[in-house]
Amino acid sequence: MSTRPINQPRKRALLHAIVPLLIGVLGLGGCEQPPPKTAQNGYRGTGMEQVVNPRTYAKAVAALNKSLPEAQPPADPSPKKASQVYQNVKVLGDLNENEFNRVMLAITEWVSPEQGCNYCHNPANLAEDSVYTKIVARRMFQMTREINETWKPHVGDTGVTCYTCHAGNPVPKNIWFNGVAEVNPNKMAGYTAGGQNKANKSVGMTSMIADPFSALLNSKEAIRVQGTTALTTGHVASIESTEKTYALMMHMSEGLGVNCTFCHNSRSFGSWSSSTPQRVTSWHGIQMVRALNSSYLDPLRPVYPEERLGPQGDAPKTFCTTCHQGWNKPLNGAKMMKDHLELNRASLTPIPLPTTPLKRPEP
Amino acid sequence: MPRYQNIFTRVQVFGHPEPGIPVSTPIYPRFGAPRYVKLFGRFGEAQIGPFYLGALGLASLVCGAFAIIIMGMNMLASVNWNPIQFVRQLFWLALEPPPAKYGLSIPPMSEGGWWLLAGFFLTASILLWWTKLYVSARRLGMGTHVPWAFAAAIWLFLVLGFIRPIAMGTWSEAVPFGIFPHLDWTAAFSIRYGNLFYNPFHMLSIFFLYGSALLFAMHGATILAVSRYGGEREIEQIVDRGTASERAALFWRWTMGFNATMESIHRWAWWFAVLCPLTGGIGILLTGTVVDNWYLWGVKHGLVPTYPAIYGPIVDPSTLPGVTR
Repeated sequence: MSTRPINQPRKRALLHAIVPLLIGVLGLGGCEQPPPKTAQNGYRGTGMEQVVNPRTYAKAVAALNKSLPEAQPPADPSPKKASQVYQNVKVLGDLNENEFNRVMLAITEWVSPEQGCNYCHNPANLAEDSVYTKIVARRMFQMTREINETWKPHVGDTGVTCYTCHAGNPVPKNIWFNGVAEVNPNKMAGYTAGGQNKANKSVGMTSMIADPFSALLNSKEAIRVQGTTALTTGHVASIESTEKTYALMMHMSEGLGVNCTFCHNSRSFGSWSSSTPQRVTSWHGIQMVRALNSSYLDPLRPVYPEERLGPQGDAPKTFCTTCHQGWNKPLNGAKMMKDHLELNRASLTPIPLPTTPLKRPEP
Repeated sequence: MPRYQNIFTRVQVFGHPEPGIPVSTPIYPRFGAPRYVKLFGRFGEAQIGPFYLGALGLASLVCGAFAIIIMGMNMLASVNWNPIQFVRQLFWLALEPPPAKYGLSIPPMSEGGWWLLAGFFLTASILLWWTKLYVSARRLGMGTHVPWAFAAAIWLFLVLGFIRPIAMGTWSEAVPFGIFPHLDWTAAFSIRYGNLFYNPFHMLSIFFLYGSALLFAMHGATILAVSRYGGEREIEQIVDRGTASERAALFWRWTMGFNATMESIHRWAWWFAVLCPLTGGIGILLTGTVVDNWYLWGVKHGLVPTYPAIYGPIVDPSTLPGVTR
């Protein structure tokens, strides 16, 4: 005897089973293929673990390794310094002439592989400071050296080269400007600070403030918002400033391809004793980014042509994603600086920016 | 041909619509000719109408409409009156409370004034609806359990948007009106005050929330299981305990060791549900006003377990000697 209710023909029963199944399958359409891999990075029971999709990860590693440029062959020794052979060498003058040329070849590959030498140089007179990109590049050499020399707590012995950020692009892909989202043009509309309450890619598609960077990574507004005592003692940090910090952390999380527990035990984000060593590295990174933005990137503003400036007329600046680009170690930890130890010597005296008008590179 | 299973599924009886009992006090006219909707009958009562809104209900709906329109127009303005972006980003859009600098003063409309106005209309709407519930319960000669349960939810709503911001001295502590923004607010609130999970009133609130769900499941399942003996006629079973009630009681006595009665189970459920927002509201009210960091409060009171420092001591680098930055 059939158990099927007599008022439900078989066709309808089939329909009732298939339609929810189809909807379910469609709903899962955006998901990654399971299973993910989980790596524990804290004491058991604390839920500190990193989740990776091994297939996506393997593909990304393969793509990265394929894209990494080969190191230039080592330079032959030469008794002559670059400053003796070439004119107007202000930062790299202490290299010998062969080392100097090797760096020039490398930077062309790292930054302007398609545009070539003329992206920075006037081909008629390579020594001339007439193209704005040359002024920027010179300052960037100093910046690279400062990062490798004085920011070891963040970059370690891996160090950085131009390629770390540029990855073959004349302008690094991940940069930021003040007030990244459009400012609310309607005077009568409600309060939305810093372009919050939009779908903001810069902060992991949350509805939080789109530009936590100008406050926290260029000026030195406090990032720490949690109370430091159990009971209230007059410590005031608003929910708004908390969301600013939270937004910055979302950016870091996205930029490094990790979750909160890479650095924090989420039961107390502020507690250092329950954090991982990566949080210390990261703290130095924040200090580094602040220093780079305020001493190197922001001051270059007068040099740039209009199309390089942000909507508020400010210079392009750096944040975590500029170097990290989704890897918790930039370029997945590839040690490119070991082939360019000359980028590790400090030469930090600022060189005055030219006051004469500058040109764009020849197309 | 439909088969008889029990009273409240499958068989829908359509006859003359039930007009409702006479009430002692005069009321506004009810409207809408009663009719049957078969689909509704599959889930609940098939009869729709007549409706009774009354002056309180009407006032509540008008205030509620004002609140929703203010929120919606502000959201629409924030995407520059672009209807496509309004739909696309609806879950992200919000009407924010004023920034902290305004404290409890009345801010300009564009800097939180609209939030204050929307909050006023929303609160008025909710309080009017509460009154309507209370008056309706009284008119029907019922107890006032439903309005008081609703009042528990209103307590939490008022703590979040009114009482606590006043205690903190600034409207900026209140919740924005918006789908994701209010969730981001919740997460930020917990982070700012050192993890709400260490707040014992938050724990109680979660206990009663999950407890309510569990009780609801247990009670619903029990009654469905004995509905073949007329168990769904619970009120009759309270007065005149039948075999449905006996079997349900025995089931729990044999499996749980202790059982509710047909009457007490509803008191359990009511208190579990009501205590969820009541305790939650207390927990929110204490946050920031009395306790600044619930995790540290937990440490102080032996609530927080210690784990081995598997990475060795990790020290705040800003406190190390020689760090000038």
